[in-house]
Formats: sequence, structure tokens, C-alpha cells
Amino acid sequence: MTQKSFVYTENLTVGYDGKPLIRDIRLSLEKGQILTLIGPNGAGKSTILKSLIRQLKLVGGAVWLDNTSMERMTDKEISRKMAVVMTERIHPELMTCEDVVATGRYPYTGTLGILGAEDHEKVKSAMQLVHAWELRDRDFSAISDGQRQRILLARAICQEPEVIVLDEPTSFLDIRHKLELLAILKQMVHEKHVAVLMSLHELDLAQKVSDLVICVHGDRIECMGVPEEIFTDEYIHHLYGVTVGSYNASFGCLELDAPRGEPEVFVIAGGGSGIPVFRQLQRQGIPFAAGILPENDVDYQVAHALAGTVISEQAFEEISEEKVREALAVMRRCKRVICAVSRFGMVNRRCEELKKEAERMGLLQ
Amino acid sequence: MKNKAKIRYIASFLMLAALLLMLVFWNINSGSVSLTVREVFQILFQKGGDETARNIVWSIRLPRILAALILGGALSASGFLLQTFFNNPIAGPFVLGISSGAKLTVALTMIFLLGKGMTAGSGLMIVSAFAGSLISMGFVLLVSRKVKNMSMLVISGVMIGYICSAVTDFVVTFAEDSNIVNLHNWSQGSFSGTDWSNVAMMAGVVAVSVLLAFLLSKPMGAYQLGEGYARNMGVNIKRFRVELILLSSILSACVTAFAGPISFVGIAVPQLMKSLLKTAKPILVIPACFLGGAAFCLFCDLIARTVFAPTELSISSVTAIFGAPVVIYVMINRKGKR
Repeated sequence: MTQKSFVYTENLTVGYDGKPLIRDIRLSLEKGQILTLIGPNGAGKSTILKSLIRQLKLVGGAVWLDNTSMERMTDKEISRKMAVVMTERIHPELMTCEDVVATGRYPYTGTLGILGAEDHEKVKSAMQLVHAWELRDRDFSAISDGQRQRILLARAICQEPEVIVLDEPTSFLDIRHKLELLAILKQMVHEKHVAVLMSLHELDLAQKVSDLVICVHGDRIECMGVPEEIFTDEYIHHLYGVTVGSYNASFGCLELDAPRGEPEVFVIAGGGSGIPVFRQLQRQGIPFAAGILPENDVDYQVAHALAGTVISEQAFEEISEEKVREALAVMRRCKRVICAVSRFGMVNRRCEELKKEAERMGLLQ
Repeated sequence: MKNKAKIRYIASFLMLAALLLMLVFWNINSGSVSLTVREVFQILFQKGGDETARNIVWSIRLPRILAALILGGALSASGFLLQTFFNNPIAGPFVLGISSGAKLTVALTMIFLLGKGMTAGSGLMIVSAFAGSLISMGFVLLVSRKVKNMSMLVISGVMIGYICSAVTDFVVTFAEDSNIVNLHNWSQGSFSGTDWSNVAMMAGVVAVSVLLAFLLSKPMGAYQLGEGYARNMGVNIKRFRVELILLSSILSACVTAFAGPISFVGIAVPQLMKSLLKTAKPILVIPACFLGGAAFCLFCDLIARTVFAPTELSISSVTAIFGAPVVIYVMINRKGKR
């Protein structure tokens, strides 16, 4: 038999009560990699993960873990290789955070589950890894969502797994805790060489943290690849069926729908100065044009999403006469002109002409 | 902190043991024939003392005390198992209708046998109570698949309990026999009339079941985090759930077979023990529940038989007076937390 990936699936079909929901899932993951499932709500990311961790019965196919089919492994064998962090909130009674983490030692303790000195040491180091050791005596039900998620991750870590499965670990977390959690996962992958399999809602984070991305769409896995392949504007728009607004894959940011209609305002922008102006106009619902922007200007990215018309010049080129004329034509049809740029230099000196013309026409604000 | 918790555990267990011992002696002492401590010691350990007093202690009071002790422990252990199973702090054999189901089948068995001029042996009583427990449990499980809400589950359990009690009352009312008085007393709940063979039987069944429950404390601890995590930790969920159901049913069936339905002990004692120990770890709570339940029932039985002597109260009325407020307290406290 050829060497297979650490985790891989074979013609896996998942669903509820034997009814197939997603067919023919093929995923493979090596140790030291992060694989992320993305896809629209209800596409079945959780269904796939729940099937992998055996919370749901497989409808068809098999999951292989470390060269063994999971069907042939005992509960105990699996528990030493795979740990989970789930979305469902739990309400354990009278348990301190340390107690919750300590349950991760379950597969390693004896009949009565009493922890030895070594187990306590491992609980401590897992809690330190997620920066939660100071929470050890706090009641688990009285801590914040971010803390809770870290404790549950520590629980999974001290189970000493080779794969950690996380179902939307960053939901309910604020940005600081999202970043911290993902940093810990990265650290786990690098230092302990575990494999991480998770689902994420946040595309920007998925793009940055994942080694591999799997897109769940309809009744199948539509696409699997490295983030650079997956995260293009076109594909993400298609995957999520985006019709209003847009997603900028380079920055991983969302833009609302551009105001529709003939441009009423012309924004002379460049070098990032235009972005706040664009956003303000978008909020007020005023259609606008922007120019003249080199295509490698940061303003260009936002203008592209929000402005009705963008007059742009090729990257690294000086603004041509033709573009100036085009910009003047658009500007003359506008009711007012906003000059966001405060400094004109070599590259954008022709924009100064636009400003002067606007001033002459009395349109400049 | 670690040491503080350890001291708390040790102190709690010592206190429970002392309380239990004290209640045992108090129970031996009190009754229609009162004895001094000296006399009790003589009777128990030196085979001395007055002949009648010795008889009273050895053949009436001691079996009754042991019954209250064993069954009280069994009942609260059963309650704790059910609370873990349903992840519901106010689950218990009485509120879920399991005791009443057992009561019904035991009453039917007794009436059937009395009709044929036979009396039921304690083994048969346990078996029929166990069957009744499982039937009620089956209904509760069916309901729990549909409703996840904890109060709805309890309400349906209470309803099942009412139905079973109503049917029991019905058959008891129309049963023709002089022994019906006994049956009536039993169906109200009482530790009276226990003999040594009963004690031996219940001790055997309860000892084995509680020991098995104690051996389940590891998966129970995992289960407290929810089914998903328990499965991930390597708990065989299906088997574990069956084990929990069987053990809690056997324990509460044993209680019902010998003493009739006893209310609220199954909820109140585990709650009190958890607050006493400040933990819900089964490995500590199960033994504490046994000791606490034993002490609680001894105390309630003492009140039941002495306060309005010579009239005896039903044990359930006494346990309800002390147990129900605990339940109310727990419910109010839970609401504040969520």
C-alpha cells in the first residue's frame, strides 16, 4: 500500500439518518498542516466534521487515521489520536477551568480516572500554552467566551492528540481572542506537529491561517487547494453566491454594495487618502467617481468596489494624457469634486490639473 | 487551593460519617420504649440488658434503621445517576415517575399473589419494581427525545408519576383483602415492618449496584461535559447510557420494593452533597450521596415515627418537607445563573 496522508477520507458520504447530504468527500491532511473548511451557512461543514469525529454515522465510505480505518479502531485508540473542540456550549456543574482541562487526560488515566503527578503537569503546561493558567481555579461557567474557548482548546491539547478537530472555534470571539486562538493553533502545528482540521466562518482568517482549504458547496466538496488558489474574488463570490457588495480576496475584506446611478461626486484620490471619503459617500448612498488612480494604489482596490466609475492608469506608469481627458469629462458631469490628496508628486502631478480645473469651475469643496 | 479542596473533602466525609453514626444511635434510643445510651451499648455489644428491650432493638429497630440507611443511600445515588444522565439538576427517581412506575407494578404483583393466598418474597418484589421502573424510564426516555427542556422533562415525569399513582390507588381501593392495610401503608412509603431477610436482600442488591455506579464515575465525569466530548474521550456512549439507566433503575426499584415511593431524597441529597463538597466529581459525590442519603433518611424516619407517636407519618411526607425546599432553591439558583 502506498503511503497515505495522516488523515484522509475515501469516497466519504455524510448526512443525517442515512440520508446523504454531501457525497464523495476526499480530503487529506498531513501532520503539521492546518486544513480549513469554508462554505456558506448550512453547506454542511459541521456535518462533515461531526461525521469525522463519529458523532454522526457515516453514510458511506471510510475515514483513515494514521493508516487505520477509524471503523476498526476502538474508542480509546481514537481518543488518544484525535481531540475535538465543538461549537455547542457546555454547562458543566461546579467545575473549575482546571477540572475541565483535566478531563482531557481521560484516555490516559486508570479505572477511576484519578490523575497522577505527570497528568497534573500536562494539564498545567496545556493551560500555560493557551495562556489560561491563571484561570485554573475559576468556575468554568463564570468565564468569558474567549476564555472558555481557550480552556476547551487546552482540554484538547492535554489529550495529546495527533489531530485536533475544531468546529468554528472563533465564533463568539472578539478579534483579539480570534487572533490569539489561531496563533495558538499555529504554534501547536509548528511545535507539536499536530494536524488541525477546522471549519471557519471568517474567510480572511481562513486565508491566512490555513495550509489547505476545502470549499463545501451544494452536495459536494467543490474545491480543495492552497489558499492562494481558492481565495480569488471570483471564486469566493461564486462560492457564497455574493450578489450584493463584494469580497476583496487580497485584503480579505468585505465591501458593501456600491451606490448606483450617475456619479454625483468626483474624488481626486490616491495613496490611501481616498478610502475614508469613499466610505463616507457609500454610507450616504451618493454615487461617485474616483481618479486618477494607478492600479497598484491602495485606493484603487476600494474604489473598484465602491465607485461607479474609476479612472485608472496602469501600475508603475505615469498618468497619460488620455486618462486626464477621460477624468475631466467625468468630472464635468459631477456636481462637486472632493480632493482627498494633499500632496502632488512625480506620479500624480497630473491630478493637480484636475484639482485646478475643478477650482476654476467652482466645483471643488 | 489544592490542599484546601482536599481538606474540605476529608472534613465533609468525616462529618457525614459522624452524623450517620449519631443518627443510628439516636434512632436506636428513641421510640415508644426509650432506652439510655448505656442500655443501648449493652444490648448492641455485650448482649446484655433487658430481654424486651433487646428484642425491640434487635428485631424491630435495627432492621428498620438499616433499611433507612441502605435505601436512603441507594435513593440518592440513583438520583445522582439520573441527574448526570439527563444533565438536569432536578431529575430524580420520584419526579421522573420512576418510583411511581415501580410502585404500580409492585402493587399489582402483591394483589395478584394475595389473591392466590401467597405473599411475595423480597426478590420477586425487587424484580417487579425493576420492571415498573424500566417501563416508566422508557416513557421518560421517549419524552426526552422530543423535549430537551429540563422543566418539560420533569413535568412529563411528574405526569407519568401521577398516572401510575392513580392506577395504583385504584387497584388498591378495589383489592379485597385484609392485608390491604399493609399495602396501603406501603404505597404511602414507610420503612416499618422490615425484617432481617429483607435487610440482607437489600444490602446485597444495593451494595453491588452502588459499587458498580462508583466504578462508572470516570465516564460519568466525562459525560458531565456533554455527550460529544465524552465520546471524544473514548466513552462508549451507548453502553454507558444503558449502564446508567439500569443501575439507577435497580437502585430506585429496590427502594420502592421495600419502602414504597419516597419523595425528593433523590434530588435534594445530591444537591446538598455537591454544595457541601463544592464539586460535582462523581468519584466524590457518589460515596457522599450514599452517606448523606442514609443520614437524611434516618433523620426523616426518626421524625416520622417519633413526632406524633404512636401515630406514624409516611416517610414521604417528612422527606418532602425537608427535600422540596432544596429543589426550589436549586431551581431559583439555576435561573439566576443562566
